Amino acid sequence: MENTYKPYLMRIERAIDEAPGVKTFRLAFANDDDRARFSFKTGQFGEYSVFGEGESTFCIASSPTRDGYIECTFRQAGRVTSALARKEEGDTIGFRGPYGNIFPIEAWTGKNLLFVAGGIALPPLRSVIWNALDLRSNFKDITVLYGARSVADLVYKQELDEWGKRSDMKLVTTVDPGGETADWKGSVGFVPAVLEKMAPSPENTIAIVCGPPVMIKYTFPVLEKFNFTPDQIFTTLENRMKCGVGKCGRCTVGPVYVCKDGPVFTYRQLQSLPAEY
Amino acid sequence: MTSTTYTLTHDNLNALLRALVAAGKQLHAPQRVGPKVFFKPVNDAATIVFDYVQTAESPKSLLFPKAEFLVSYRQNSEGMVVTDHLQKEIPEMILFGSRPCDAAALSRFVQFFADGHADAMVTQRRRALTIISMSCIASDPACFCTSCGSSPGDTTGSDLLLTPISNGRYLVDVVTEKGQSLVAANEALFEQAPTIVKDSYLATVEAVFTPEEITKRLATSFNDPIWKNASLRCIGCGACAYVCPTCSCFTIEDEGNDRTGDRLRCWDSCAFALFTVHTTGHNPRPTQTERWRQRVMHKFSYLPETNHFLGCVGCGRCSRACPADMNLKEQIIAIAELLPAIG
Repeated sequence: MENTYKPYLMRIERAIDEAPGVKTFRLAFANDDDRARFSFKTGQFGEYSVFGEGESTFCIASSPTRDGYIECTFRQAGRVTSALARKEEGDTIGFRGPYGNIFPIEAWTGKNLLFVAGGIALPPLRSVIWNALDLRSNFKDITVLYGARSVADLVYKQELDEWGKRSDMKLVTTVDPGGETADWKGSVGFVPAVLEKMAPSPENTIAIVCGPPVMIKYTFPVLEKFNFTPDQIFTTLENRMKCGVGKCGRCTVGPVYVCKDGPVFTYRQLQSLPAEY
Repeated sequence: MTSTTYTLTHDNLNALLRALVAAGKQLHAPQRVGPKVFFKPVNDAATIVFDYVQTAESPKSLLFPKAEFLVSYRQNSEGMVVTDHLQKEIPEMILFGSRPCDAAALSRFVQFFADGHADAMVTQRRRALTIISMSCIASDPACFCTSCGSSPGDTTGSDLLLTPISNGRYLVDVVTEKGQSLVAANEALFEQAPTIVKDSYLATVEAVFTPEEITKRLATSFNDPIWKNASLRCIGCGACAYVCPTCSCFTIEDEGNDRTGDRLRCWDSCAFALFTVHTTGHNPRPTQTERWRQRVMHKFSYLPETNHFLGCVGCGRCSRACPADMNLKEQIIAIAELLPAIG
């Protein structure tokens, strides 16, 4: 048997400043054997570590269609993320994973995909978005609604430009009232309100929603108003985690472990769980 | 395999324990520390005590140490080197004097760690461990094993179970092959015996609730006001989890600097406010009410639902250890009375 807790060593190939306090690292396996045997699917997460500081849980923000590396995007907030933020290109960090379930993207073949994301919650959806764009012919319409508090807080600005220019998808960006700049061309308004104006059709559509709790709370009712069923709505949860494999007992929501039964849940599944997240 | 039974005299039991120590086996057995009894490594078999109802702590630390190294790391001229602490060979260990409830608890504990993403450390240690339990001839008011699927003479989880019978002798239930080989290796000490009905020698522990009924009632109790009252005395010290033979929650922490150090796994508890708090400050279980509810629900509702066993064996340690005098047995009885019965 193997020691689950032995991390892979990962070299930071690229470090990108996304927004104030928010960074993306592109990580390459320091060991070729590790790279060869590693694979993941969209929706999964890992434990990223700075030696001497500890581990922190984030999704894998890159698409499994992009081989040979993984990316993570994190906000500098606690002890580990602050130490991570001080790391530079060429430095080594630890990673173990992938853990958790996946977005069932294969079951979505032939469907419209509607992504709704807020703030620092775009990274988990970005993995699915690129996964879907890299397999573009498998899906019908792809729509992305992304909002942040202010223009500066939008992450993946370069990719947003790229998505905005693509003719095979629709991107709507919005910032909270007061968060706009003079040259802002996107919408101004909270994500649920902008979504309501978009009047999304539930016909043959899967909605994938991720954002801060307050955004989620007001977004689900909008989707329900437009007759999305709870089975058509997917989200990904976060809870404090340590082990990532259903043992440490920390991320539980009722009988469910976010780490091994999630992090991907349908709104129908959430309705049967206590709100301990 | 419970068909083979032997008897063993007290002198021969002592001889067996001395032989195990002399053979260099890691023997862990009840020993007195101040007024309490703890499982401790035995150097001299004469220090083993037999007159206790229950040890203060459970024997789970043999499988799951309070703190253990997961990996160590060291920066050298080539880069970071991470070394594994998973041992290839675990030295043989023998646990003597565990109560049947503890052995039952360890079997559930090991099952939990083996299910799904199997934990190498715990499963490896269980393979290296032989459990010689001692039936209960006495109980105290905190005991409620018979309400939690165990009993004073339960063989579950033990390799051998000794039951004190008359004339300073023990009846030996051989439960597993591991137990059989221990008997075979010390054959001269044991006498073959006809199966004896143990019941008359065992402590009587009255069943006070049926776990299936509790699980059923808890299923719809999440938002019930009982949790507020039930948790009022809880100070969140975590003593209950510390002494519990089935509590398995842990944290992972680094010790060291950026060049050299260790990553450790340490016991943790759902009773602690920081257990679930997010970096944003949001806490899904913000008060002791939610934390106490989690403890009870996890043991009596969630584990039966997801893993098909109760997360409690009724050893009573949490009630004996609680500085605020919260008694789990009484709490469960009260829950059974207060929660509406479900059709």
